[in-house]
Amino acid sequence: MSAVAAPLAPPAASITARTLVATAATVAGMAAVATLAHRPGVAGNAPVWFWALVVALWIAAWGVNDRLTRLPLASGPSARARDVAVPVLFGLTCFFLWEVVCLGFGVPTVLMPPPSAILAKLAVSQATLVADFRQTFVRSVVPGWLLGSALGFAVALLADRVPFLRRGLLPLGNFVSALPVIGIAPIMVMWFGFDWHSKVAVVVVMTFFPMLVNTVAGLEAAGRLERDLMRSYAASWGTTLLKLRLPAALPFVFNGLKINSTLALIGAIVAEFFGTPIVGMGFRISTEVGRMQLDMVWAEIVVAAVAGTLFYGLIAMAERAATFWHPSYRRRRAA
Amino acid sequence: MTVTTVAQAPGQDAGLASRRPVIAVEGLSLTFDTADGPVYALSNVDLTVEEGEFVSFIGPSGCGKTTLLRVLADLESATSGSARVNGVSPEEARLGRQYGYVFQAPALYPWRTVEKNVTLPLEIMGYPASERRERAKRNLELVNLTGFEGKYPWQLSGGMQQRASIARALSFDPKLLFMDEPFGALDEIVRDKLNDQLLALWRKTGKTVLFVTHSIPEAVYLSTRIVVMSPRPGRIIDTIDCNLPAHRTLDMRETPEFLAIAQRVRDGLRAGHSYDD
Amino acid sequence: MTTEALALPRSRAGGRIAAGIAQSKAVAVLAIVALIVLAWYAAVYPMNADLPSMPKEVPFAERFAAAYALDRPVLPAPHQVIAELWKTTVETRATSPRSLLFHGWVTLSSTLVGFALGSLLGIVLAIGIVSVKPLEKSLLPWIIASQTIPILAVAPIVIVVLGSIGLTGLVPKAIISMYLCFFPVTIGMVKGFTSPDTMQLDLMRTYSASGLQTFAKLRWPASVPFLFASLKVAVAISLVGAIVGELPTGAQAGLGARLLSGSYYGQTVQIWSALFASSILASGLVLAVALIERVTMRLMGARP
Repeated sequence: MSAVAAPLAPPAASITARTLVATAATVAGMAAVATLAHRPGVAGNAPVWFWALVVALWIAAWGVNDRLTRLPLASGPSARARDVAVPVLFGLTCFFLWEVVCLGFGVPTVLMPPPSAILAKLAVSQATLVADFRQTFVRSVVPGWLLGSALGFAVALLADRVPFLRRGLLPLGNFVSALPVIGIAPIMVMWFGFDWHSKVAVVVVMTFFPMLVNTVAGLEAAGRLERDLMRSYAASWGTTLLKLRLPAALPFVFNGLKINSTLALIGAIVAEFFGTPIVGMGFRISTEVGRMQLDMVWAEIVVAAVAGTLFYGLIAMAERAATFWHPSYRRRRAA
Repeated sequence: MTVTTVAQAPGQDAGLASRRPVIAVEGLSLTFDTADGPVYALSNVDLTVEEGEFVSFIGPSGCGKTTLLRVLADLESATSGSARVNGVSPEEARLGRQYGYVFQAPALYPWRTVEKNVTLPLEIMGYPASERRERAKRNLELVNLTGFEGKYPWQLSGGMQQRASIARALSFDPKLLFMDEPFGALDEIVRDKLNDQLLALWRKTGKTVLFVTHSIPEAVYLSTRIVVMSPRPGRIIDTIDCNLPAHRTLDMRETPEFLAIAQRVRDGLRAGHSYDD
Repeated sequence: MTTEALALPRSRAGGRIAAGIAQSKAVAVLAIVALIVLAWYAAVYPMNADLPSMPKEVPFAERFAAAYALDRPVLPAPHQVIAELWKTTVETRATSPRSLLFHGWVTLSSTLVGFALGSLLGIVLAIGIVSVKPLEKSLLPWIIASQTIPILAVAPIVIVVLGSIGLTGLVPKAIISMYLCFFPVTIGMVKGFTSPDTMQLDLMRTYSASGLQTFAKLRWPASVPFLFASLKVAVAISLVGAIVGELPTGAQAGLGARLLSGSYYGQTVQIWSALFASSILASGLVLAVALIERVTMRLMGARP
């Protein structure tokens, strides 16, 4: 923490130091009050002073965040640390309020379990969660995403060679992107059975069109002069594709992959609402919600959120490595 | 195979006496059909350029100077008339990789390093890796970019990028260079410097250069001949021999000879009603 | 000779028209749609051939024809789906639970309510984010991150929790639609409000315009294209939200309910017609937004 403050001039440094102390105090306060909320005297019928404390901490957290935002940090690691700290503190405050409101008012867990209960459920149901994750994510989402995206990419290349196909497919692809494609889930379940095959099929259909549309757009992305250059070398279609148009299309292709990562997860989970063997994230959500076991449902959603974020993050990292030259990433390298 | 085609561009061994035209254009016209009616980009253009010449095309926007270059490079097709490049059609010349083209913008590929950009045409034309490296080194040296091989284009200044694009055009050693306002986007100081470098390069290599520009001093300073063009329809209104000594320096721009030629170019542009609208 | 001379330009003109047709987008789209329909018809017999409900020991022609008229086929023929759509919209009273119009309206009403609320919320939040710095720093990262997670999975919770406190029908589904479409609207509008470049903002500074004036004269008009772009996304996922909201508790009405009951009872024709109905609804909604966009943009002086 002191390392963050060190490079600043003395007056700014003292402001920073004070803000950091206030931040630490607020977080500690929230932790203490959240613990307090579990006490028998407080849980269920919290006294007025408890709520006063909660409101005070809420105001403190807001004030600290406001101060952190205003800290005169131009750029560099300290500014980046601040940009992480502010949303994290905001998230912590939200979870803190969720926790103390649930506990303090004694909200029944069938309505809304507190975060601590969800965490506890996560810890004790690891085996189930891992099995569900494997069924939904490993068996349905990833293969479907790969297959659908690859298919969309291949058809986009084909459409690039056959202009008639491109003119016909592109408007259709854009049109289909607006449709509730997820509705094909019951049909796929009927055709491919309850197991992961039908989920893969749903995911393939859902991810095909975004990839097609993005790749076709990407293949148009190379500039006119850059194409003329290739023409002046009498380069073939294949060479031009390999050396110019595919690299230029990469940002679009990655955009398609990123959109598809979320779509794939949604597709697989919702498709499981229409029937699965007795395992899978969507299956668990729909059955546990029916049994009013909301802590389990939330635990499953936490897994889905983490999986979705990591999946997306991995693609974004690959994108950054592959399209380092693109203006949106350039600045860091040039500096 | 492609390598030999490039190396034996026609006219290479022709002596001074038997010079044959590198560019021969007769009655060339090009009309674009647009939503607002036809645009007469080029109308009945005749032009002959001989080996080793440095010919500038000057005129206001829309006079067809870029279009003419693009037709010769087979990036555009003429509506009527004939154009020969090294005695063959522009398409055959392009397929034979007989010319290098420098665009208005550097058009470097941002995912390739400077060296890789310079070797791009060599990769396409099938040169072996060792020769590619050797040629990149030589041509980057020629445009004073030694030491920047590993940089990406976007890490260079605009002038350096344009120099890299010239190195790229030179890399496969075409006898003929088309340059379409290569320095148009640069500031005047950088432009002066690059003009000097280009002149030196031209003297050293003896290439035929067709050079499009907006700038009268640039045209006079660089050229052996200046073609003045005018728009609507795009046509040639004057061809001016620019017989200044082969060795030119920037201070020459103040000499009466230089100013006389510049004046004639200016008169030609005015006669074409170029700046009326 | 004369006929030849006459024929030549005509045939050339004919060729040009043919080329024009080949280059027309509409023709290409129609051709591909026709191809899909053809492939669909071609697939019907092989898909249904092994069904136990297929007639046995009859001539092939009869079997073949039967495959296109099954009650519960694996793959219904397009005309069966269209006949079902016709039967359940035109030939059934709109108030009857057998009418697709009835189910469509149930889904549409919650879609529209959720879309309106979600868009409004999204715009308000975007205004908050661009005008209150701490809000931007704390909230925006979460909203952006939310786009990477399947928030649709929360839908069953909303349905069940609200159901247990007595709220059923339109409201829970509208809430799902609302939270689904508020994220893209917020992100789009933040982009829109911050889209004016430095020069345009500096101009407002030289007039010493207030924050409100800058917003009204520059940021808001500049954000309109972004607004419509995100509204088109929002209305589409709003519909998805309403449909998925009908799944978890086995709702009695709505297009999602039709999908679910069709899947329970193997009523494939019903599934397909519900799927078509939701697609028609979705394209109608997006088209409506696009139409409003066009009118608005024209009123704002954009080139048609």
